[in-house]
Amino acid sequence: MARKISILIVDDEESVRDSLYNWFIEDGYHVESAESAMKALKMLESESFDIVLADIKMPGMDGLEMLRRIKLLKAESIVIVMTAFATVDTAVQALKDGAFDYVTKPFDPDDLSHLIRNASKQITLAEENENLRSRVVTLESVEDLIGNSEAMKKVLKEIENVAQSNSSVVITGESGTGKELVARAIHANSPRRFFPMVSVHCGALTESLLESELFGHEKGAFTGAMYNRKGRFEMADNGTIFLDEIATISTKMQIDLLRVLESKRFTRVGGNKDISSDFRVICATNRDLKGLVEKGQFREDLFYRLNVVNIFVPPLRERIDDIPMLVEYFIKKYCTSMNKPPATIEATALKRLEEFNYPGNVRELENMIERAIVVGSGKKITMKDLPLEKTVVSNSIESLEDLEKEHILKILNKYSWNISRAAKALSIDRVTLYNKISKFGLKPAG
Amino acid sequence: MDFQNITLVSVGYIEEIYLKCVVEAAGKEFCLPVTIREGFIDITEFYDPTRRQYNGSKLLKEIDSLFASDNTKTIGLFSVDLFIPILTYIFGQAYLSGRSGIASYYRLSNERYGISGNNKIVIERFQKEVIHELGHTFGLVHCHMPACVMRSSTYVEDIDQKDANICSHCRSLLSETIPSLINLKT
Repeated sequence: MARKISILIVDDEESVRDSLYNWFIEDGYHVESAESAMKALKMLESESFDIVLADIKMPGMDGLEMLRRIKLLKAESIVIVMTAFATVDTAVQALKDGAFDYVTKPFDPDDLSHLIRNASKQITLAEENENLRSRVVTLESVEDLIGNSEAMKKVLKEIENVAQSNSSVVITGESGTGKELVARAIHANSPRRFFPMVSVHCGALTESLLESELFGHEKGAFTGAMYNRKGRFEMADNGTIFLDEIATISTKMQIDLLRVLESKRFTRVGGNKDISSDFRVICATNRDLKGLVEKGQFREDLFYRLNVVNIFVPPLRERIDDIPMLVEYFIKKYCTSMNKPPATIEATALKRLEEFNYPGNVRELENMIERAIVVGSGKKITMKDLPLEKTVVSNSIESLEDLEKEHILKILNKYSWNISRAAKALSIDRVTLYNKISKFGLKPAG
Repeated sequence: MDFQNITLVSVGYIEEIYLKCVVEAAGKEFCLPVTIREGFIDITEFYDPTRRQYNGSKLLKEIDSLFASDNTKTIGLFSVDLFIPILTYIFGQAYLSGRSGIASYYRLSNERYGISGNNKIVIERFQKEVIHELGHTFGLVHCHMPACVMRSSTYVEDIDQKDANICSHCRSLLSETIPSLINLKT
């Protein structure tokens, strides 16, 4: 799906602008022109061009100053400077300031074609690179969706069914069940997979930040808006937008979101240009959206717009059959990433893992295995490597940091706060142990 | 708009055989009647003494204002060296989806490049150039197919490598502008 490369010609001479315009238009480019640097900068604030071809000598602001300002506005812009009075100094200065190339007027027709073709190739490669990166991230994440239980098979079947369509999807499930992984799997199996999947964690942002994040903003739209910025909807053009924790968005955002979903058109914050974007929406929440609608906390029209397909990801305690497979997968994953020899797990330890309640779901299991690989000494994960003994770990622990704190305290108590012995047992040096004690505020009991 | 014909305006002295061959090739390629007329323009006004060339941009405007009409595609034919302000030389130029264009055979002869002359080759190159500029007036942009006459050519060698015909892709685009083309050529 090759798109048309856009070129902005900046030159104070009308004849030059006209000749370049005609030349490029015959080559099939989208071309616009400006007679001064100021006008060009104004145009660049509201519209983005792939290539800027600018004269150096212009009344008012010269081409070199304009080049610096364009680079401030968008560092990756491709600017080619041209002049009728070539000097080595200006050429060197232009290249130092980030110009893609430097040409002397008049050019040989072949040079001009080559120059623009090379610039276009660079733009195409950069775009392909970005798309492939996002695709690799997507595919890597889909590997994490592990499970052979009936509950998980049902989820995988639903993913397969929904992926080929364009319908909005709401993924529900407890925290840590892997809702984002399901979203990535849908995207990776959809016809949109060659385009980006853009994630937004709605719960982490205030209303105004979320607005700017989703719709983008124009330079000067608010304090700190120093540059034009594309919004997530714009970035997700031809791809998928994933809105996590959708239940947390404000009533105003619900109205704005509904409008965008209906028209697929919007304007950036502080802007007046209508932007259209073709994206698919996937939302996730750990709350009961229907219940929120009944309580009047979530708009009914938005709910029906989003909830075309609903996928429920079951909690880990309802699919204990998957635990051995998940454990094996996480052991392999962390041994590889930590450059450790392949480990296995003791049968009793695995049995204990299968009996656990997992309020933090798969994320909690993953953290346990990661911790066991970090603190475990041998090739086999045993009961003592897992934070499941007696009452050592409360079910509410979710983060690795909490687990680390608990484990250090346990070892310190075991060795009666003998720092040297405890450090040796933990396989860390004494200074590190002192730092950890200070960081976690640990004190001997009594 | 259905374009009914093509007009070639000969400016200055152009050999009879060149005109005859170009008329024949253009008519055959676009399946439209081609008429030829003489254009009396004082081209000295368009001469740039510093470059010792003729300003193609201005000549194109002149051809458009004096000879072009809405139901005709008009190409001005020249035998002088053409330039546009930004480029060292051009073989021709046209308004994309416009009414007119220009083409010159000045730089199409082998003698300009120190090779012995060959009238047949110049005629072939001139035919391709005129068809290329006419293609632009019908809205065709440069094509990437190596043999298509709409491929961009900056050297005479490039012109020699391509055919005098529009490729099937460009032809399908062209048939939207010239409906009579649909069944006549493939």
